[in-house]
Amino acid sequence: MSADVELENVWIRFGDFVAAREVNITIPGGSFFSFLGPSGCGKTTLLRAVSGFMEPSEGRVKIGGKDMAGIGPNKRPTALIFQNLALFPLMTVWENIAFALEVKGVGKAERRKRADELLDLIALPDQGEKMVHELSGGQKQRVAIARALAAEPDVLLLDEPLSALDLKLRQHMRTELRAIQQRVGITFIYITHDQGEALTMSDNVAVMSEGVIQQVTDGNTLYDHPETSFVASFVGENNLFRGRVKETNAQQTVVETNVGPIRARTSTKAALNNGDPAFVFVRPESLKFANGAHADNNIKATVHTEEFEGHFWQVFLDVAGGDKRIKMSLVNEGTALGHAPGAEVDLSFSAELAVALPEGQLAAE
Amino acid sequence: MNPSGYFRRFFVRNGTALGTFLLLSVAFWMFVMIILPQAFMIDFSFRHNLPPAELGGAKDTYTTEHYEFMVYGSAESEGEFNTVDLGVFVRTLIAAFFVTLFDLAICYPIAYFLAHSAQGGWSRLMVLSLIVPFWVNEILRAFAFRIMFGSAGVINGFLMWLGVIDQPVDFIRENVALYAGLGYAFILLMIFPLYNAIESLDKNQIEAARDMGASWIRIHRRIVIPFAKPGISSGCTMVFMLSAGALAAPQILGGPSSLWFTQIIYQWFQTGNNWNRGSAYALILLASTIIFVLLMMKVFKVKLGEIAR
Repeated sequence: MSADVELENVWIRFGDFVAAREVNITIPGGSFFSFLGPSGCGKTTLLRAVSGFMEPSEGRVKIGGKDMAGIGPNKRPTALIFQNLALFPLMTVWENIAFALEVKGVGKAERRKRADELLDLIALPDQGEKMVHELSGGQKQRVAIARALAAEPDVLLLDEPLSALDLKLRQHMRTELRAIQQRVGITFIYITHDQGEALTMSDNVAVMSEGVIQQVTDGNTLYDHPETSFVASFVGENNLFRGRVKETNAQQTVVETNVGPIRARTSTKAALNNGDPAFVFVRPESLKFANGAHADNNIKATVHTEEFEGHFWQVFLDVAGGDKRIKMSLVNEGTALGHAPGAEVDLSFSAELAVALPEGQLAAE
Repeated sequence: MNPSGYFRRFFVRNGTALGTFLLLSVAFWMFVMIILPQAFMIDFSFRHNLPPAELGGAKDTYTTEHYEFMVYGSAESEGEFNTVDLGVFVRTLIAAFFVTLFDLAICYPIAYFLAHSAQGGWSRLMVLSLIVPFWVNEILRAFAFRIMFGSAGVINGFLMWLGVIDQPVDFIRENVALYAGLGYAFILLMIFPLYNAIESLDKNQIEAARDMGASWIRIHRRIVIPFAKPGISSGCTMVFMLSAGALAAPQILGGPSSLWFTQIIYQWFQTGNNWNRGSAYALILLASTIIFVLLMMKVFKVKLGEIAR
């Protein structure tokens, strides 16, 4: 069984500090949903409100259409996987997995049987008699998932469970987690500060900053159509040009910047008027060397360095009046770019691949 | 590990002067403070109680008479066994056992609260209010208990005011004052090992168990208590040993008709002027409490090494 999770106008306050501000999100049952944001943005607090370890100061949390107010974590159809996993060190692996059944008063033989089934699900057969400390990091991870699944929750909550693993294992576990989610078909709510995790695993991602939900959409849209300056600067890499709106319509906006006017796509969500301070974001892979061909935008820049990364060239450039060095990514086509540091170049990019957004908060570097 | 290599590294790491000081002070502590006096007591307990003139003389031989006396009594006494001393001995151990259980029952919730629920300032205030009363010396504390539990004391007064009783209860004669006094005297020795053990438990484990629907009783039975077992055994061992070996509290708070085993030992040393028998009795107490504790550790599957954690 899977259940929708709805957050209706949820506010969470600690004294004067607002950890979550007017959060309205509907998470469809059976989907993989991520909250993505830097540490301290309030994502873990929201998760605790869903799991029942905390009540929102205002608003409602509904699971499967049912208001969860006043219902403790032990009574909610959710299971939480902790950042440090919190496996019980003095129990064997199978006892850990079967703990939720033990709580329900299921007999030992049945518990053992169910634990073995779950051990098969997580591809750790015959490891039930081991103690937790005998397992590797990735195995512990999977045992924690099995333990949470044993309770047959409608919603599985995961609080950055991969953060303790090394890079390779983390990438492997992403695939594994997604596969397990699709096999069991329940709702997964995943908390992370790692955009790679959020983008690869999730059906939908909510980007969060300082307690405010910035944007909720699928990973692709998040990358290609950011709606706030925070999302544009937090998800993936982006070059920023500051300026003021010169002219704007429903399709395109021209922003007067230090490097001249830049023609960019008008964001569907964010309204800009003439004269408003605005940010233009251009992805490194959207920048090209202008080879005399006509483009929407042409800017002059000076090459600082060229770095070879195998499949990519990363070119770092300075622009006149720019406050930050900009970056350009070019696919390696088998020939050296051959610009000496200090060389003057012309860059171009299409207006469709640049976005104009109202001036706003930027992600910390 | 190669011992000579170990010593060399020890001296290299600490320097010759500090290394020598450390070794000498540990050796002094071990031999002069612990082994030597106890060895004297053991030697004492196996010798006849002789007037000073005969010490080292022909009569000064080894004997087990003091140990036999504890079990069988004197040759002239009626009855086969020394029922008085044995009775007191067994009663002391049982009473010490229950004082330990009582302390555990009181201290476990306090230690749990301190370790997992109390916030910064509150927990410091609580620890302070637990420690400060122990600045008051033992005699004063024992007499305060005597007054409190006396027939005109606050406890009788309160119970009579409530109407639970209409006559003052003689808490001293019933040994209630004694058990309360002993229990109170060693409360810190129970709380701190428990606190240390429980405090190192990851709070997420408790939340994880709660998330899976476990009741508080099950959380404690399956998660907290197994984790805190070394602390529990360490606290229980100390309270049990010290209660069984306490002297001041039984002297002051004990009922007129009941003796604590330590009082009998004290009598042999002081009034009986028989140090040999006194040390035999004291060693019997020491050996039996150690055996009892080891037995309990076996039953509850605690290793000695864990206690020292």
